[in-house]
Amino acid sequence: MLDYGPDAILMAGLDGANWRLADYEKRGGYEALRKLLADQVPPERVIAEVKKSALRGRGGAGFPTGLKWSFMPRQFPGAKYMVCNSDEGEPGTCKDRDLLRYNPHSVIEGMIIAGYATGSTAGYNYIHGEIWALYEQFEEAIEEARRAGYLGRDILGSAFSFEVYAHPGFGAYICGEETGLLESIEGKKGQPRFKPPFPASFGLYGKPTTVNNTETFAAVPWIMRHGGDAFLNLGRPNNGGTKLFSVTGHVARPGNYEVRLGTPFARLLEMAGGTRAGKRLKAVIPGGSSMPVLPADVMLATDMDYDSIAKAGSMLGSGAVIVMDETTCMVRALERLSYFYFEESCGQCTPCREGTGWLYRVVHRIETGRGRAEDLALLDNVSDNIAGRTICALGDAAALPVKSFLKHFRHEFEHHIEHRSCLVSGPDSEPKWGRAGAHLPPAMARAA
Amino acid sequence: MSELNLEIDGRAVAVPPGATVMDAAVKLGIYVPHFCYHRKLSIAANCRMCLVEVERAPKPLPACATPATDGMKVRTNSAGAKSAQQGVMEFLLINHPLDCPICDQGGECQLQDLAVGYGKSASRFEEDKRVVPAKDIGPLVAAEEMSRCIQCTRCVRFGQEIAGVMELGMIHRGEHAEIVAFVGRTVDSELSGNMIDLCPVGALTSKPFRFAARTWELARRKSISPHCGLGSNLVVQVKQNRVKRVLPLENEAVNECWLSDKDRYSYEALESGERLTRPMLKDHGQWREVDWPQALERVAAELTKAAGSVGILATPHSTLEELYLAGRLAQALGGSADFRLRQSDFSGDAKRGGIPWLGMPVANLDGLDRVLVVGSFLRKDHPLLAQRLRQAAKRGCRVNVLHSVDDDWLMPIANRKIVPPSELLEALRGVNGTPIGESLRSGRNVAVLLGNFAQQHPQAAQLQAAAQALGYPIGFLGEAANSVGGYLAGLPVGGNAASALGHKALVLLNAEPELDCADPQTAGQALERAQFVVALGAFRPARDGADVLLPIAPFAETAGTFVSTEGRIQSFHPAVRPAGDARPAWKVLRVLGNLAGVAGFDYETLEQVREACLRGKDLAALLSNRIDLAASPAAPAPQGLQRIAEVPIHFADALVRRAPSLQKTRDAQPPRAWMNARLMQQLGVSAGQPVLIRQGSGEARLAAALDDRLPEGCVRVPAAHASTAGLGAMFGTLGVQAVAVGKAA
Repeated sequence: MLDYGPDAILMAGLDGANWRLADYEKRGGYEALRKLLADQVPPERVIAEVKKSALRGRGGAGFPTGLKWSFMPRQFPGAKYMVCNSDEGEPGTCKDRDLLRYNPHSVIEGMIIAGYATGSTAGYNYIHGEIWALYEQFEEAIEEARRAGYLGRDILGSAFSFEVYAHPGFGAYICGEETGLLESIEGKKGQPRFKPPFPASFGLYGKPTTVNNTETFAAVPWIMRHGGDAFLNLGRPNNGGTKLFSVTGHVARPGNYEVRLGTPFARLLEMAGGTRAGKRLKAVIPGGSSMPVLPADVMLATDMDYDSIAKAGSMLGSGAVIVMDETTCMVRALERLSYFYFEESCGQCTPCREGTGWLYRVVHRIETGRGRAEDLALLDNVSDNIAGRTICALGDAAALPVKSFLKHFRHEFEHHIEHRSCLVSGPDSEPKWGRAGAHLPPAMARAA
Repeated sequence: MSELNLEIDGRAVAVPPGATVMDAAVKLGIYVPHFCYHRKLSIAANCRMCLVEVERAPKPLPACATPATDGMKVRTNSAGAKSAQQGVMEFLLINHPLDCPICDQGGECQLQDLAVGYGKSASRFEEDKRVVPAKDIGPLVAAEEMSRCIQCTRCVRFGQEIAGVMELGMIHRGEHAEIVAFVGRTVDSELSGNMIDLCPVGALTSKPFRFAARTWELARRKSISPHCGLGSNLVVQVKQNRVKRVLPLENEAVNECWLSDKDRYSYEALESGERLTRPMLKDHGQWREVDWPQALERVAAELTKAAGSVGILATPHSTLEELYLAGRLAQALGGSADFRLRQSDFSGDAKRGGIPWLGMPVANLDGLDRVLVVGSFLRKDHPLLAQRLRQAAKRGCRVNVLHSVDDDWLMPIANRKIVPPSELLEALRGVNGTPIGESLRSGRNVAVLLGNFAQQHPQAAQLQAAAQALGYPIGFLGEAANSVGGYLAGLPVGGNAASALGHKALVLLNAEPELDCADPQTAGQALERAQFVVALGAFRPARDGADVLLPIAPFAETAGTFVSTEGRIQSFHPAVRPAGDARPAWKVLRVLGNLAGVAGFDYETLEQVREACLRGKDLAALLSNRIDLAASPAAPAPQGLQRIAEVPIHFADALVRRAPSLQKTRDAQPPRAWMNARLMQQLGVSAGQPVLIRQGSGEARLAAALDDRLPEGCVRVPAAHASTAGLGAMFGTLGVQAVAVGKAA
């Protein structure tokens, strides 16, 4: 049995092999859909139930799902689409992969119910290109569902028709941005669109479209079976349900854990085995690499839900909890993050295209002992010039870590600049000086 | 819907729903800095230079992409907006070379200009700048300095949206993003030069003009394009009496802000080594340079001698004043004059209700919802009219085609009927019973447009009558700058272009008969038969058929008037002095009239000539596409293979033929003999293999090429090119024979 923790509902009863339709049905799968169709529940009621559940988008922004669905125009001639964003690219996040791998039918059922609620005609699941096997497995799952009559024309004898297609991703982080993803499905270069118009009015192929995260869809069948209130009660007001957290970094048992929203971070850390033996917790990025980093004391006093984390100064994001202990050089950590955003910027708009490279180069300079006194002010200012001025949120994602690292760990950066050496030392810290480019990936070395 | 009221920088403005903040700012005359935004292109919102502050918006918003809303309050120059704009400017400059003094764009660079207002005096970026490899994208547009590119994608969007073909795109991502053409391909659009104007920096520059002059050294003179019937408005840029560059002069009613490459680059021919700069006489088969009086006296004497039989052949690229004087001269001396050299059917001459024209203002093409284009190589013959129809098609206009070839016009075609030239008339007559007729019937704003091919067709008058019989407004896509002006000048006089060839003395005005006439063979024979031939031209003719050559000033060196296909009378001044001893042709004709003793030829200024030509004429009343012509019975099908001849875009007149950069383009590749697969099989030839084309008394050796969209029994053999100048009429039958390839005998 796979153990995601005692509170697991999405990942309960999974053993790693029981992903197929028959297994899913044994776990009560597709019951929600059958009931909806049999009772001819009005779509508005489905949306109302999801609203009641306080299910919030699990992809990063935490937008209320029911509200998002209600933006889809009801009276619209022609196609409307439901798109599942399984392009899980946020460093530290690996939860959607488990969902697709061990419980794909929950996603399919969620998409069908969402399609029913919004009057959509088809759904696309855009699956991270690097997990090809899961794309193929998902295709198989779709086929199972189709053969069982859960997909296709007049589903289960009702008047509702819906199709789901799998779409392999094209290997760019930016394709996980919802409009970049839509462009990518359309066969174009994955570059985000300027909003407005929003996907709900002009989405895939110009049709009304809703894009939700894999985990969001997976939660929908449970909500419909047990009711919005039950889901809400698992979590906290405005933060319904459980959430999968991918705990990585300096913990004894890194992995995915499903806990109720509002669970204290300390409890989650404990589930992951705590920090490595004898090491003190230093910092945590609670929601994936795009979110601001928080120091240990703040995190240990915080609960894992959207509002609590926001209050603490970061965001819950996709639920990728990156744990860093005292051996971590924060300059080095930021250098790695900044490189990621530099490498993944689509290059479409100016502040991100030019700014992410600049940020990386300055951080790299500091990390390699060539920093200057004015560099920290420069980093702050360049981050400000990127954040909020780009087409999509990648600009913010590149700027927020820089701002937060400087806010909470400024002394480490200052030490690097003043002493041309690292504040963090110990048996585990890696060699620093003289490594400029030595064990960098080739592209990274070029950029340096 | 009611207008939206908003406030920008404290000033109230009302805009229609759907307008952007940028539109509203433009309406108020408030300049918002920008690079990627262009009013003719789609919104990309990628440069972020136009960020402005909007009340209640948490972040600065791009003016170009933000819809205006009622009650919106926008600040374009508040501290917040300024800081956003300055931040973007700094980002744009960190990787942009700051070497304006050695950049070709220096002095006319949007980035340079805006950097003055929004940039800092020193850079905080101390890392190495990005280097982007140079590209060779063809002979017209230089992409040598792509490090200067700011990725605004205007060039990309221009290709996709205006030219209709994506020839440039952005590959890679992030900092590595760069503008490239397809692998191994060049930018071949006939509108490619506009990308240079659109490029806000020095990344795309004009290859012929590069480093030839600084923008501030150039005098700007307005002019009118001498090429196609549109009459594009030009700015001719001059340094030290030499034309250095031609740019569009914005005129929304004519060329908008665009130019075809032909209009833009033909100026290069002004400095061609083939320029005729001194009058020349042929004595006993030997050419010698003479002075003007000597040459003019000789010509006047010969013309007087031939009085009663003087034929004047002028191209429709001649000015209104030149054509008017040519007509009067022919009248006075006795003979005929015409400008419709490539036409072959003059049976409509006495039956027309007026001067054939576009039938509507050019700008009205935008509003058509159904159109049938008959017999036109639209995209190459009228690049910017095609562009207008392309935009109309984008808005839902259904474009139907009846033609003998099926070229790609880079726009959606609703229905097409491709027939051999001999069946064009019957096809037009029967169009009502076809999907094309159905398409036309469903429209509210319909037009039938007759192209160059239809006008040059041996049944041109019947085609006009058949088009008229369809019951929709009809229009002619004027072949050349003065296709309407020629009629207004009073031509034809005493006959037509065909009969003029029969006279004893021939005067050629701008014309090279083997390239400019409907039937080079007949024209060549006429030249040989004539007792005397004088050629007024800007270039030494390729074929030695004249007795006297008089150097005249071409476009940019002379003043004159063109009357465009929509009936727009546009006069222009010279931009530079004529080369060598060349003189404006109107002066030459005027002196010839004097010497020949023609009364009333005492004009002292061009304005007097124009005044005499236009006096008492109301052009609007003279324009008419009506024709009263009884329908002819169907012509018998011709025996043998039919020729389909177009005039390739860069060979249409004497000027473009000698423009070196245009001659390096793909459009200027030597003509081939195009035929469909069935014909190829019949003839036993394969693509690329040489074939011998025989027509009348002449032949041409061309490479065979495959075009499976050609109708049965037809070979497409372009005219107006040296390699096919030995052939006969543009319409007619010809023989094709495979040439054995193998070891030389």
